[in-house]
Amino acid sequence: MHTHRTSAEATGHDHSHSSAAEDGTTEVVYGFPARLWRALERHKPPGMDLLQRWRSPLRGPWLTSVFGSVLLVSLPVVILTGLLSYIAYGPQFGEAIPGDVGWLKLPTFDWPTRPSWLYRLTQGVHVGLGLIIIPVVLAKLWSVIPRLFAWPPLRSIAQLLERLSLLMLVGGILFELATGLLNIQYDYIFGFSFYTAHYYGAWIFIAGFVIHVLIKLPKMVTSLRSQSFRTVLRTSRADTRPEPPDVDGLVAADPAPPTMSRRGALALVGGGALFVAVLTAGQTLGGFSRRAAFLLPRGRNRGTGPDDFQVNRTAAAAAITPADTGADWRLHVRGPSGQMLLSRAALEAMPQHTAELPIACVEGWSTTQTWSGVRLRDLADLVGLSNPARATVRSLERRGAFNHAVLQANQVCNPDSLLALRVNGVDLSFDHGYPARIIVPALPGVHNTKWVRSIEFGHR
Amino acid sequence: MRRLITRFAAFYGSNPLHLLGTVAAWALAGYAVIVLGPHALWNSKVWWQSIAVWFLAAVIGHDLVLFPLYALADRSLTAALAAMRNRRAGPSPRVSPLNYLRVPTLAAGLSLLLFFPGIIQQGKATYSAATGQSQEPFFGRWLLLVAALYGFSALAYATRLAVAGRSRKSIDNQLDTDAHDTNGEI
Repeated sequence: MHTHRTSAEATGHDHSHSSAAEDGTTEVVYGFPARLWRALERHKPPGMDLLQRWRSPLRGPWLTSVFGSVLLVSLPVVILTGLLSYIAYGPQFGEAIPGDVGWLKLPTFDWPTRPSWLYRLTQGVHVGLGLIIIPVVLAKLWSVIPRLFAWPPLRSIAQLLERLSLLMLVGGILFELATGLLNIQYDYIFGFSFYTAHYYGAWIFIAGFVIHVLIKLPKMVTSLRSQSFRTVLRTSRADTRPEPPDVDGLVAADPAPPTMSRRGALALVGGGALFVAVLTAGQTLGGFSRRAAFLLPRGRNRGTGPDDFQVNRTAAAAAITPADTGADWRLHVRGPSGQMLLSRAALEAMPQHTAELPIACVEGWSTTQTWSGVRLRDLADLVGLSNPARATVRSLERRGAFNHAVLQANQVCNPDSLLALRVNGVDLSFDHGYPARIIVPALPGVHNTKWVRSIEFGHR
Repeated sequence: MRRLITRFAAFYGSNPLHLLGTVAAWALAGYAVIVLGPHALWNSKVWWQSIAVWFLAAVIGHDLVLFPLYALADRSLTAALAAMRNRRAGPSPRVSPLNYLRVPTLAAGLSLLLFFPGIIQQGKATYSAATGQSQEPFFGRWLLLVAALYGFSALAYATRLAVAGRSRKSIDNQLDTDAHDTNGEI
């Protein structure tokens, strides 16, 4: 009986409101089992009315769609640069974390070494844009909060599935933002592996994001067309009116007088994004702007000396002792057909090459310095390999996930790929990897192994 | 066919694409959990250091934690300003201070939210291992930022009040002249 009436209603609805029907679940009709959804609607919990007294005159599909469209453009960029970072770590050598991710990665390719600022750019964008959109994400969540308490919560199976998928969307984005924010500040209070959680969390978010976009895109376009952006920008607070009532209940039934114009709200959110940009971009851009990132670890200056740039992992933390790196230190170079031990003096006697290269970390910060030392391909020549396909670099550091790194052919053979002995005209400092460290163009920071003990070149 | 789709939509509540897309999304998420290994979601030694717990906390983090806090703060602020306006005998200020309080408070809150690990010195050991520095300066720097935010807002409000006062005065003068003219005509 109920079902029959429902389908009749649905058909009638389809004809009279064809645009509403495109929105799928938003019509006031009941899917199967209609009896259950109706019963749910009748049994409104006490206090629910109180929760539905939204007063903001600014909330509405247009405002939500403006925030949504900003995120629709920016989030794919954040997602893509994040997935590229995984490739930059070299999953084909087992160097990326988490190790085996099945099909959950971009097709693997050899990460380029040109331009040398490639990783600085992709990871700077990943972290920087991820930070900048935080005010927009919060504004978007604020703008749709009436939906959370809408009653009845469900009218069909479609709505049930859709609302469940919001768990992936909302949980995913805030999980990614929270873990990312903690990681760039070296706060590992969450206890689990950042790389693993952030990577799989991203895929949960991608699932939620894609389905949300597919379901809501038509509504977003319709809502954006409901008002002209220009008109909104010309409307003062006094002339600000609520949007017309909508099926989703975003528009308040009993709105309070506006305390802010809609353009004011947009300026507030945009200003928030700009505020975050000013406070964070300096860690990537460096130079004078670094001072503006004064609340971030990498916004701080260490001094004015030639080796007073940002340190990632101190010698003390890596348990490197002066005895390890003293006069007895030798670099062990190995190839398929030979090996040799080189003292620092022997390395200094080889042809020296100088290159200006950035160190760019997964945390989004970077710093460009002038490095000099021996070309990696010259070292390969020493052990009789003119075209090495790869090199495995090991550090004096005994423990730590990054005490070794595998470099692929283009990373070994690039003329700017160095075993650096000096930086900015002085010997490397202890914290920067004395007696010798790797520096390779566009390689993620942690793979530029410090305190190098051995390099093994291989055919394959 | 069309009839079939209509009947499906009536039963399910949306078009078939909706169902296909949602199932695909859940399957992808399920695959991600399988590859991660479901056991990795849960830390049996320290329950709150579990990925699952953090994910669920993220689900409710804004809607049930952050939102009630800032909504309550905003309603209190609005109500307090209204109460002050009503209690005061004289004319109310020509420009509401509401947004001049909201904006710096939001900015201070946002910066606290983003940078709290440094501000409260959480993760000292990993911080100094990574950077060779301490987190000590951050709390002071954040306080300076807060001071600057509220300071600039106060300055902006004072300017706005002055401008409003001047334009009110000129409007008043204009009204006086108008009244005079009218009187003259009558």
